[in-house]
Amino acid sequence: MIEAFSELFFARYNYWMAIILMLIGLYALIAKQNLVKKIIGLNIFQTAIFLFYISVASVEGGTAPIYLPDGASAVYVNPLPHVLILTAIVVGVSITAVALSLVVRIYEEYGVIDEDELKEAVRG
Amino acid sequence: MRENVVIRTVVRLAVPFIQIFALYVIVHGASGAGGGFQGGVVFASSFILMTIAFDLAYTRRRIGSRGTMICSALGIAIFAGVGILCILYTGNFLEYGVIEAALGIPHLHGYLIDLVEAGIGITVMAVMTSIIYDMANRGGRSA
Amino acid sequence: MTLIDHLPVLLVAGPIVASLLTLVAGWHDRRLCYPITLAAVLGEFAAAIVIFRQVMDGGTVRYYVGGWAPPMGIELVIDTFGGFILATIMLLALMTALYAFRSVKKEVPAEKTVSFYVIFQILLAGLIGMTITGDVFNLYVFLEISSIAAYTLISATRKPHSYVASYNYLVLGSIAAGFILLGIGNLYVATGTLNMAELAVMLPASYDLATVHAAFLFLIIGFSIKAAFFPLHLWLPDAYTESPSAVTVLIATVMAKVSVYALFRFLFSVFTMAYITESYPVTGVVLLIATIAIVAGAILAIAQDDLKRLLAYSSVSQIGYIMFAIGVANRIALEGGLLHILGHAVMKGCLFMVAGLIIYRTGTAQLSELGGIAREMPLTCAAFALAGASMIGIPPTIGFMSKYYLVLGAFEAGLWPYAAVLLVGSLLAAAYIWRFIEIAYFGGHHDEHHRTGGREGPASMLAPTIGLSLLCLLLGIFVAAPLETIGLAVAQLLGGT
Repeated sequence: MIEAFSELFFARYNYWMAIILMLIGLYALIAKQNLVKKIIGLNIFQTAIFLFYISVASVEGGTAPIYLPDGASAVYVNPLPHVLILTAIVVGVSITAVALSLVVRIYEEYGVIDEDELKEAVRG
Repeated sequence: MRENVVIRTVVRLAVPFIQIFALYVIVHGASGAGGGFQGGVVFASSFILMTIAFDLAYTRRRIGSRGTMICSALGIAIFAGVGILCILYTGNFLEYGVIEAALGIPHLHGYLIDLVEAGIGITVMAVMTSIIYDMANRGGRSA
Repeated sequence: MTLIDHLPVLLVAGPIVASLLTLVAGWHDRRLCYPITLAAVLGEFAAAIVIFRQVMDGGTVRYYVGGWAPPMGIELVIDTFGGFILATIMLLALMTALYAFRSVKKEVPAEKTVSFYVIFQILLAGLIGMTITGDVFNLYVFLEISSIAAYTLISATRKPHSYVASYNYLVLGSIAAGFILLGIGNLYVATGTLNMAELAVMLPASYDLATVHAAFLFLIIGFSIKAAFFPLHLWLPDAYTESPSAVTVLIATVMAKVSVYALFRFLFSVFTMAYITESYPVTGVVLLIATIAIVAGAILAIAQDDLKRLLAYSSVSQIGYIMFAIGVANRIALEGGLLHILGHAVMKGCLFMVAGLIIYRTGTAQLSELGGIAREMPLTCAAFALAGASMIGIPPTIGFMSKYYLVLGAFEAGLWPYAAVLLVGSLLAAAYIWRFIEIAYFGGHHDEHHRTGGREGPASMLAPTIGLSLLCLLLGIFVAAPLETIGLAVAQLLGGT
């Protein structure tokens, strides 16, 4: 029982962490009323996915994938997910920037950043 | 913001080092960990730091809206230019090897990667800085 | 190697360089922006046609960026399906570019026109990239480029409501993109490659892994949000209604179609027919939801008071038709689905252009205020009627042909009740199209000429509108030409089985 439990959770704790973080982010996206907090939720959500990729890339005992000049061989972690996530981080930054500027504009136009109040303001 | 001598002095001292580190990261992109994007962001962070410690006008005197626009265009131009240069030397897009082979300059391949990385770095720096300007400027209303 | 061989990469790099040129030229003189944009789009359209011919003559075109062959490098692939979509979206993009000039002048603040055209081209670059890439992660990057461009374009009118619409789209779109990224990550974990062709080869060995199932679900949900597949369409009505008319035309035709295309790509080229029907049968569920989408979208459309919003809900319904093809999943239905991608792009583009023309002249798209508009703008409303007939599926329009094939496909699969739902959907489409026709032709008073001064919209906007409406008819009459291409494309898509 305990073995099965630890096999399921502790041996793969990185995936569980990513899932938990992702759900926290999704919860914030859906349940929070404040538009800025929603963006924070979005960032947590994206970061969880980044962590998933990075944890997938890790190799036990691996080092940074930098070519050693003296020809010595070493165990490298998989560099490809790192590169992919670098791109995804750029995308995430751009989305955050656009989202924040939209919130700034919404606040200027309606004077609220609360979703329910915003809905009323849009209708009214 | 209230004037704070400690913060301002520290920022004044830190900015050159941040910028040199950014250049190091950009130049290092071809052969090791680093690259245009990271370097560009680090470079932009020096401007962001200035904006926070001093004010927008102070940073804008160093690099204005026109500067960021030209830089962002210049960066993409370098990137696309190198890519199309490779096509002109009968290779594929961004196939640096063909230029090296055609001109016979050793290690040109690596320098071209550095050039492309520099282009990316310039664009990222400029775009990041202009994002901060627009945000700090209340959505770009009075820009 | 001649320049022709480099067309795939130039198609992606072209709009980006052109947008840069627009930025610099616009800084010098704002009036230079539009000619540069138009020339660039024209060039890309020509390039897309050349590539399309090349694909039809010589088979799939492949291009290795940087000379690195996959699995090391990123590959650009244009097969028959990709070439078909590429030609379709570039045609619509060209029409939109023609249409945009006067529309943007009126709706977008003058100091923002430079950034409008810059972002317009970046959006195009992203969409073209999505169409021709052969690498799944590259597809994600282009998807995000086009999405971010779309978020900003939607709010380009500076109307307060458009910010809210854009924000909601951004939140949902980012969740979708996150799901797609997660799905791609799971695929990479399962196979160790990101190249589509290699994935198709390596995936069958791990069809029973939970990782692959998770990847599949994440991808299908992500792209369903992007394509506004009911019930994940909530961002769509606001986004379509609040954006500037030219942007509505572009995102309702080109962007929606490219999302659907990406979904087809994943379902049939990365996963295969065998996977979606046997290893992880989803077609039944997709079919059920698609029929609900067809009916619900149409009913919601009937209930709208705003012409643009009505057309937006109609899009939800029409996306249902395309997904219906995936649900039936046989050759004939898929041919119908692909034909509907082309047909719906053309007719919905035309309808949204009409809405834009009416807004241009009257300043409103409220149906209640448009009584008798057909007497003032007869050509515009005639275009609407023709494209509307195609939307309903009256022969010999393109809309009829695609629905005919969908019904045939459903019959062949023995899905009689579902075929009946398709016909109900057409009936409901007739109801919402008729709402506008009735108001435009038979409503209002005879002396109401003060709204428009009795004038049509500007010729540069009217010409693409009428062109697209005639295309609805011509494509329907000469349907053999697109069907030949589509037959090849479907054969390639199903080739894996």
